[in-house]
Amino acid sequence: MSDLKDRSAFIGSYIPQADDDMIICRCEEITKGEIRKAIYDGMYTIAEIRRYLRAGMGLCQGQTCGKLVKTIVARELKISPNEIESAVSRAPMRPLEMKVLANEKKAGE
Amino acid sequence: MKRYDLIVVGAGPAGLSASIEAAKRGLSVIVFDENAKPGGQLFKQIHKFFGSKEHKAKIRGFKIGEELLAEATKAGVEVMLNAAVAGLYLDKEITIQKDGEILHYKGDSIIVATGASENMVTFDGWTLPGVIGAGAAQTMMNLHHVKPGNKVLMLGSGNVGLVVSYQLLQAGCEVVAIVDALPRVGGYGVHAAKVARCGVPFYLSHTIVKAQGDGCVQKVSIQEVNASWNYVEGTKKEFEVDTICLAVGLSPMSQLLKMAGADMEENPAKGGTVPICDEFGETSIKGIFVAGDVSGIEEASSAMIEGRISGIAAAQYLGYISKEELTEQAKEQEKALQTLRQGMFGPQNRGKAITNTEEGYAISESLLNRGYIAEEEITRYPGVKKLKGIHPVIECSQNIPCNPCQDSCPKKIIQIGEKITSLPVVTEETACIGCGMCVASCSGQSIFLLDEKEAEGYTLITMPYEFLPLPEKGTKGIALDRSGKEVCTAVVENIKTVAAYDHTNLLTIQVPNEMGMKARFFKWKQEVV
Repeated sequence: MSDLKDRSAFIGSYIPQADDDMIICRCEEITKGEIRKAIYDGMYTIAEIRRYLRAGMGLCQGQTCGKLVKTIVARELKISPNEIESAVSRAPMRPLEMKVLANEKKAGE
Repeated sequence: MKRYDLIVVGAGPAGLSASIEAAKRGLSVIVFDENAKPGGQLFKQIHKFFGSKEHKAKIRGFKIGEELLAEATKAGVEVMLNAAVAGLYLDKEITIQKDGEILHYKGDSIIVATGASENMVTFDGWTLPGVIGAGAAQTMMNLHHVKPGNKVLMLGSGNVGLVVSYQLLQAGCEVVAIVDALPRVGGYGVHAAKVARCGVPFYLSHTIVKAQGDGCVQKVSIQEVNASWNYVEGTKKEFEVDTICLAVGLSPMSQLLKMAGADMEENPAKGGTVPICDEFGETSIKGIFVAGDVSGIEEASSAMIEGRISGIAAAQYLGYISKEELTEQAKEQEKALQTLRQGMFGPQNRGKAITNTEEGYAISESLLNRGYIAEEEITRYPGVKKLKGIHPVIECSQNIPCNPCQDSCPKKIIQIGEKITSLPVVTEETACIGCGMCVASCSGQSIFLLDEKEAEGYTLITMPYEFLPLPEKGTKGIALDRSGKEVCTAVVENIKTVAAYDHTNLLTIQVPNEMGMKARFFKWKQEVV
């Protein structure tokens, strides 16, 4: 994915849009404008955007905004959203409390 | 760490079906589901399913869920609820989050049947409380008996949007509009027609511009879009609503498979990121299978068959049956799956504009553009014939895999034939006894009985009626036409509720003769005593 778009190629500059203040990631309250700016800061992959902005890192783990973020990136980079790889999947798949995570029990013992 | 022959993730239609087939072949099976109730989406489906008799047609979704659960219990399947899978790791080990603990399980084979999640769209105000998924509205109504709102705008005219709109009406909500950015109704015409005749307007080629409100949705504006997705000037419409339902597609919840390291692909035809799998649902990791929406968005009937196939395949993977037995047993299921995928809504036709049925009848333009068949178009279909005496009028105009009406008729007046997607034909030599079985059996609610009493000067129309309370005999009301427009006054001649109709009540109204081919719904007000 990282070589999907030549990183050294100039993609233009960030130009504000009327709906830049629209929230895209509800869990972490990240706006469309923040995501668009991040792309012009050089964040081309979903993984980079997640680390840079925390978009898709909240309660629903990008279940809601994953496709929306892809669409925004695709439009700015002028590629198809299907070319953009989804975020890495890691455990835990569902939100859980640290005390539960630490409370490991071996079933049947 | 407890070990099972097969671990199934997800107790929905696919997961339960898979577990049944595997357990029947001798595997020890456990199914995990994060919800408090098993059945996945099935228990939300209060409508009758399409398909053939062998594949649960005309049975309501939640009944199918109950049957599956009973079958699973009988086969010895263990189902653990409130158990969210936290991770899927090397060597098919999984961790479960349950009652404040993390539990470890190991499966010698795994079937992931995690289903899908609802897509969202953004517009100004989309994060306001009151903007919800259509599936969420269905959960509130049909599982928790909570009305999601009073005045609802539905975005999306696919089957989910249409079916949920109808259920909102049944729950007593007002559906102010069904809106879709595409120029044509996406779901089955019969689903659209049953909502349209209740008076719900369709706005195709329209999209939501803005949702407004103080702390929650109070108003929504929509506007027409042209072919290049730009707003058309002067087409803005506003509605006062408290709820906006989004039915804009589903995405497979395939993250567990990605985590496990299975080869994935981005496949828009399947709804997003899906694992690459073979004909038996086996992923690139031997012994890990998938079934249902997680491997590509379809519907519950095909999810159940995919589940059965992967369950049989898991049995073969572990040596409980031979390769030959797998091929043999999966073949029958494959055949059923192919049948379900036939017709104009099959995956091979997705996105195509179909103008004629397989038989060569022109598809109703009005149905696609406004949600109902126009009066001048209705007579072109083989289920609509002008006959003497009581007879069925079948307003079925699209090739969908469904044939319960044919089996329901004791007089064999209704014929579909071998090909399950064919339009039903009403034979001319009518011997109809007016039993009403066809009316109740039609999952699309598109069959009516007409009885023109020439001498008396009125016509009796019998229609499927699934609203409560039921009007009594003699109740006066208004007849609505296919578009939901009031056309005349009508009187209830009869209301029939028998067990064989399975909660589809048959309402017979009396209208003037010239309204026989017009009136298709009945509106009345309960008298306040």
